[in-house]
Amino acid sequence: MRAPLTWLAEYTDLAPGASGADVAASLVSVGLEEEDLHGGDLVGPLVVGRVLAFDEQKQKNGKTIRFCVVDVGPHGQMLTEGRAQEIVCGATNFAVGDLVVVVLPGAVLPGGFAISARKTYGQISNGMICSEAEIGLGSDHDGIIVLSRLLGPERAADLTPGDDAIALLGLAEETIEANVTPDRGYCFSVRGLAREYWHSQGSPAGGFRDPAAVTTPERNERGHEVRVEDAAPISAVPGCDRFVARVVRGIDATRPSPAWMRRRLTQMGMRPISLAVDVTNYVMFALGQPLHAYDLDTLSGPIVVRRARAGERLTTLDGVERVLDVEDLLITDAGQDILGVAGVMGGAASEVGSSTTDVLIEAAHFDPASIARSSRRHQLVSEASKRFERGVDPQVAPAAAQLAVELLTAHGGGEADDGVTDVDDTTSPAAYRLDVTQPGRIVGVDYPRERVVQILRDLGCEVTATGDERHVEVRAPSWRPDLVDGPDYAEEVARIEGYNTIPSITPTPTGGRGLTHAQKARRVVANALAGAGFTEVLTYPFVAEDLADRLMISAGDERRHAVRLANPLSDERPLLRTSVVSTLVDALRRNVSRGHRDVALFELGMVFRPGGPLDQAPIPSVLTRPSDEALRQVYAAVPAQPRRAGIVASGHIEHAGWWGPGRPADWSDMVVAVRSVAAALAVPVLVVGDHGHRPWHPGRCARVTLEDGTLVGHAGELHPKVLAALDLPARTVAAEIDIDVLIAASDRAVQALPFSTYPPALTDVALLVRSDVPAGEVEAALRAGAGDCLEAVALFDVYEGDRLEAGHRSLAYRLTFRAADRTLTTDEVNGFRDAAVAVAAQATGAVQR
Amino acid sequence: MSGPNTDYDPVEVSALDPAAIEAASEDALAAIAAATSLDQLKAVRISHQGERSPLALANREIGALPPSAKAEAGKRVGRARAGVAAAIAARQTELEAERDERILVEERVDVTVPATRRTPGARHPIELVTQRLADAFVGMGWEVAEGPELEAEWLNFDALNLGPDHPARQMQDTFFLDPVDSGLVLRTHTSPVQVRTMLEQEPPIYIVAPGKVFRTDDLDATHTPVFHQIECLAIDKGLTMAHLRGAIDAFVRIMFGEEIRTRVRCSYFPFTEPSMETDFVCFACHGAGAGDAGGQCRVCGGSGWIELGGSGMVNHKVLRACGIDPDVHSGFAFGLGIERALMLRHGVQGMHEMVEGDIRFSQQFGMEV
Ligand SMILES: [Zn+2]
Repeated sequence: MRAPLTWLAEYTDLAPGASGADVAASLVSVGLEEEDLHGGDLVGPLVVGRVLAFDEQKQKNGKTIRFCVVDVGPHGQMLTEGRAQEIVCGATNFAVGDLVVVVLPGAVLPGGFAISARKTYGQISNGMICSEAEIGLGSDHDGIIVLSRLLGPERAADLTPGDDAIALLGLAEETIEANVTPDRGYCFSVRGLAREYWHSQGSPAGGFRDPAAVTTPERNERGHEVRVEDAAPISAVPGCDRFVARVVRGIDATRPSPAWMRRRLTQMGMRPISLAVDVTNYVMFALGQPLHAYDLDTLSGPIVVRRARAGERLTTLDGVERVLDVEDLLITDAGQDILGVAGVMGGAASEVGSSTTDVLIEAAHFDPASIARSSRRHQLVSEASKRFERGVDPQVAPAAAQLAVELLTAHGGGEADDGVTDVDDTTSPAAYRLDVTQPGRIVGVDYPRERVVQILRDLGCEVTATGDERHVEVRAPSWRPDLVDGPDYAEEVARIEGYNTIPSITPTPTGGRGLTHAQKARRVVANALAGAGFTEVLTYPFVAEDLADRLMISAGDERRHAVRLANPLSDERPLLRTSVVSTLVDALRRNVSRGHRDVALFELGMVFRPGGPLDQAPIPSVLTRPSDEALRQVYAAVPAQPRRAGIVASGHIEHAGWWGPGRPADWSDMVVAVRSVAAALAVPVLVVGDHGHRPWHPGRCARVTLEDGTLVGHAGELHPKVLAALDLPARTVAAEIDIDVLIAASDRAVQALPFSTYPPALTDVALLVRSDVPAGEVEAALRAGAGDCLEAVALFDVYEGDRLEAGHRSLAYRLTFRAADRTLTTDEVNGFRDAAVAVAAQATGAVQR
Repeated sequence: MSGPNTDYDPVEVSALDPAAIEAASEDALAAIAAATSLDQLKAVRISHQGERSPLALANREIGALPPSAKAEAGKRVGRARAGVAAAIAARQTELEAERDERILVEERVDVTVPATRRTPGARHPIELVTQRLADAFVGMGWEVAEGPELEAEWLNFDALNLGPDHPARQMQDTFFLDPVDSGLVLRTHTSPVQVRTMLEQEPPIYIVAPGKVFRTDDLDATHTPVFHQIECLAIDKGLTMAHLRGAIDAFVRIMFGEEIRTRVRCSYFPFTEPSMETDFVCFACHGAGAGDAGGQCRVCGGSGWIELGGSGMVNHKVLRACGIDPDVHSGFAFGLGIERALMLRHGVQGMHEMVEGDIRFSQQFGMEV
């Protein structure tokens, strides 16, 4: 919301010499954030000029350029060269003899744009003929200002070339712009901002002159009939509880609005249009009451306020035909022709036009929720809807209508009817019994009772004593529907006293338990992966519908049960991921496309596993805590979201260098990564081959489980077809780990095993096995047969080649034995080894070489 | 040549002639000094200290001398031999030291050649900043609370006094799940974690809730549909806005430095009343508003202050919806966006870097910020 300083000063006393920045700062102190400052940053010379002549030439770039000679009075070239100003101008909306606004070299336009004489289109341009936008007067870029059009011919006739245009156009005036929070609808008016500024100055007596304090005629039966027939209020709140209608007849709609009004509207960021429209806007800015002006001739009967009927349509002022909803509140002519969506936008048909002579002014009050819904439903945000949504003072309507009538008759001729319609179903807000110590207890500052009462009275509250000293009855002013209970009043006291008087006291909890095991364990996992050379990234969880196909995930796999967004950012990716790897590959691809050939990434994040169709999450009442059963239903409707670690790598995991060649990332790096994560959490895991789990390579995928068989995850090389479908580098490897499973398994005290200090005995054994026998099985068999003294089994060589029987390979193991109580003899060790080999032979067909 | 009974004239035993011994000794010492390697010294030792060396031969002659001459000759030869032995030992030590030194020189490598076999990994700075803040609050006795990202509408909106008509509940801000009447959304803030905590725990409650949140904004320099927040919630007896300020001040000190001051002003949020907005003194220009190279401070845009974020005393309606009696307990809540904190504290230029997953971004930060 904007407010020119000069306008504010009409309603309140500005501090002597206060600049726009000072006023904005004062408003900040009472809780109105500064949004912007307009005007006041223009440095002259900016003068009135008269176009004496111009030479119009079409340029090669297609533009038409006018080389003008402009009388700018005793300025510029007249002073230095004794001739009129020569200016090159790109606009063509003026004629010889027009008065225009000329900015001369040396001036600085808004935005720090310094003007100097410069060559353009082959000639020196000694300044510029200005458009409204260039001097911060409006948003009009189409052509330059012609003063007779801007100010009207009467005022233009009084002007002389060389007159200061800064003063003439009020360009030195500053306009502040404050950000108004949704609870302070009344600040969408100069009245409200002036009132707040007055509070910021300590609310001095007589320092606020309420523009709504005008004498209004009593309502009577002679006014235009208005009927409110709201058959379907929203949440039992009537859609319209106030409707003031006034009629002005015989105005000349072609008369322009007065220049001061147009200037103020421009300063407010609004384009002047016509007298009737400008007056309604001006009064709205002044008092915060949106008004609507109807051409009385288009009305055939009483105005009826009602809800829309199914299927009704309306073409609004913006030319859009809208299908109305039964919740839309309408203003209608006799209940039939729709004049507009109440408080949002009028219809095109009843619009005031140049032929209008009789005008009906509507000043009404509508239910904020109803207006908000209509505004959103039709995606139509108007100055009116903005205000009604946030709450308009329901008691300001008569004054607003009166001001509009006065302005219309003063500037448009015509006469006001003596009929005054005022349908008033407003109720005065309930009084609140306020504990005067409550603001202090909420804020943490001791406010004396008298100060609390004084502040509330300054704000416009009625404060009356009760029987006891500690409580008062407070009735909020009509423009403050947001003041309802103790905390609301506490905020008012705090902000008027100044938030910066609130001390800073560090709270002292009685002692927390630190991070949970799961929180610590997740950090361990992330740090272990980063320590192992993987770089953490965070990817969006949105995935494409056909991603499961491209990942070759089989029908029926639970990873195909994805949650769908009703309003995805992109229709390309409407689903939420069911695995981290499925989005992590996006980051891999992006890195590769940026020229990183060797990439190793990980991400820890949630995946979304509905496990079936979504249950409807109930929406219980918020007046009290829902029942345990209701809450259980709310929680149960939220799909499972396990935390996963995804890991991917492509290119070299070890670089080539002076030490030798590099090593490409392969399936084993992924298995090792999963094993190290498990080891970091001291969780033993088992690894077996998994041929059927996509998107992994059928021959290069490990399934990792806990010892009890609980799935931990998969690791290995991705399927070549998947890589092709996802445009990933060949031999890209990946792993996905269910972190929650590992964390749950690690949430126990590890029990230390004793270890022997006797010397170890090592023995090597080479086993010939069929190539399709997994090494894991051979090792398991060796372990099973070697006895209690076995300490370690290490596979130190794998050989496949000509010297072996076809379809076989040789696995060379080093077995380490150690006894708890003695040094083992060679015979003992050989015995253990033979026992181990025997079991391996039986289990896997291994033959010792 | 000589017999025991003949008159002995030492002068006549040439090998024991003092001048000869002196000469042999000098020869030996010269050879030792001239030895420039351990091999040469070894040869010198054989020729001047070995069995066939002049001094060894001389020593052998001593036995042939008459007893009266033995002592003097023995002394002379012994001195010479000791001198040679000492010289050899000294030279040996010298040459060994030289050799050791030389080996170290020869073994020198160029330590500036790159030798990274494996690029080190890194954590994402969003996670690191979150950890930093969480750890500091845990240090003050708070706990870290978490909740799901896909959340019930009731927990994300209704319980927080964001009624059905609240603008945030419109499709242009919030990701709704299909079907829309499922009552599920991608959480738009971490506040549902507050609600869950209040519903399930008895006060006192002191929690920080970090996490991922979602809004239907397209990615640009200042927006991303997926971002991170951290929120603090305290519910206890007698908590006031002064405690809220205290907690915020602690927060700001952790992120931006011990000396950073704050200022507060009135604001509005549906879930708090009274509500508050906090600014802190720009850590870059210390409130002066001027940049290093003149002109405006890049970090705060010249105002000298940086907006931290919204906060307030938990709205009584929220407390009631969560089963907490506002006549007994009060509380406060505040929060901020991690991405913004990262942009401010670490000069990150825009959202793109944080969400694209380019390894160069995370790798700048290592494992702790
Ligand atoms: Zn700064």
